[in-house]
Amino acid sequence: MSKGVSVGNKKANLFPFSSWMVVFVLIPIALVVYYAFTGVDGFTFSNLKWVYTYRSTLWLSLELAFISTVICLVLAYPIAYSMSRASARIQRNATLIIMLPMWMNFLVRTYAWMTLLEDTGLINSALRAIFGMDFPGLHLINNHGAIILGMVYNYLPYMILPLYTAMTKIGDSLIEAARDLGASGAQVLGKVIMPMSVPGVISGITMVFIPSISTFIISKILGGGKDFLIGDLIEDYFLGSSGVVNYNIGAALSLVIMVLILIATFIMNHFDKDASTSGGGSVI
Amino acid sequence: MKKLLNIYNALIGIFLYAPIFVIVFFSFNSGTSRSSFEGFSLQWYAELLEDDLILRSLYYSVVIAVLSALIATVIGTLAAIGINSLKGWKKSAYLAVNNIPVVNPDIVTAISMMILFVFVLGLFNSMEMGFGTLLIAHITFNIPYVVLSVLPKLRGMDQNIYYAALDLGCPPMKSFIKVVIPQIMPGIVSGLIMAFTLSLDDFVISYFNSGATFQTLPITIYSMTKKPYSLKLNALSTILFAVVLVLMLAVNLKKPQKAQKKA
Repeated sequence: MSKGVSVGNKKANLFPFSSWMVVFVLIPIALVVYYAFTGVDGFTFSNLKWVYTYRSTLWLSLELAFISTVICLVLAYPIAYSMSRASARIQRNATLIIMLPMWMNFLVRTYAWMTLLEDTGLINSALRAIFGMDFPGLHLINNHGAIILGMVYNYLPYMILPLYTAMTKIGDSLIEAARDLGASGAQVLGKVIMPMSVPGVISGITMVFIPSISTFIISKILGGGKDFLIGDLIEDYFLGSSGVVNYNIGAALSLVIMVLILIATFIMNHFDKDASTSGGGSVI
Repeated sequence: MKKLLNIYNALIGIFLYAPIFVIVFFSFNSGTSRSSFEGFSLQWYAELLEDDLILRSLYYSVVIAVLSALIATVIGTLAAIGINSLKGWKKSAYLAVNNIPVVNPDIVTAISMMILFVFVLGLFNSMEMGFGTLLIAHITFNIPYVVLSVLPKLRGMDQNIYYAALDLGCPPMKSFIKVVIPQIMPGIVSGLIMAFTLSLDDFVISYFNSGATFQTLPITIYSMTKKPYSLKLNALSTILFAVVLVLMLAVNLKKPQKAQKKA
């Protein structure tokens, strides 16, 4: 971009922002790092050792977030594509339909899934009514599958919208040109649409993976509280839900999440060298 | 192929709306169960209107959302103008800091501010977390979204008009208000709306930074879900959903004319 307008005093414009961000963003993060490396006797690595004992929890969080993100991507791609090729009117309505559920409190929505999935819930009752028999082996809730379902349900719109935004930038003429030059449907998808939707894929993945890896409510409600995720641990250590408050271990866990996300962002930026120039599908 | 795609889209639609349907349906349950429907009744709506706790936290939510959105919009708009006039590494540095609350998971943003608040409030023994800390927290996570929605408008702005105004003798402050602000207004408004929405909907950051006395609606909902689940929550959600639906439809019905004008 060429140099922008210098309106008023540059420093005066930036002052409220800079001071606010230093005090309420940078200093708090510095405090997280400080707490992560200190204990009662000053500097220590013992908090990180604690984090190491939670490695199975960390691994489970990563695994579930990864699976949910992949499922969201697979589910969202065809929708985003068909939206981007539809008429302006349908595009507007579809966006509305996708965003509307997000306006209902996510706790209440997640509880509604409980109503659907429980052993005595609606889905099991419906199956019983249809087939006239019980399915005692069919437990839809309090397992990893239910947690993944909760994540996919809550974060799917965050995948659809950036993908859709990126795909609307692919002109119809481009696809027609590929067709005219003899490309098959699969080739158009693989050589035109997919490469050009990369910025949307990247921002979609980011927007689903980050909330998924740090959730602490979905696992509580749909996982039956037996599978702790890293978010549950952090909540526990800061608010003492299970009796122990320890900011230091909580801070160390948070630091680990931050580093994981930094690494993930770094890897993804590698895949998307020109995301910043094409401006991708940042719907937010 | 197209048919298949349509069926698929419909299935996803059912997936997205199944819980919504469940919530609305059971809000009319005459029984108390979340999962077995006994008969039609409006009792939960009646009880909702008598629940002071819910109504008060709804009021608090709106107050926090309005205040934090307004303050964040002022700070964020000024910041966007400042950042837009920067170049090189300085610009990148400001943008990077701006992105921290966007990229960080909510829970990390939440606990980092909580550490600060607990630390600072600890210095003044008597104070507790509440309205002040909650407002600060909401402003903090709102600012970046305002900056991100105003910046593109500044980039797309014709800067010569501003310089023309100055050349014609208009004082800088007046040119700013009369020339720059109107051009970036769509960005400011969408930033404001986004900030308002995010604030109204926020659970995680409020959960860690609100204290025991000042609770916004999502916090109250959470504390109610821990006790035996009350269908009042379904009634409340249904009402809020209906309000949003009507608003969205109203906006959407107005839009086509605008779009035609543009074309």
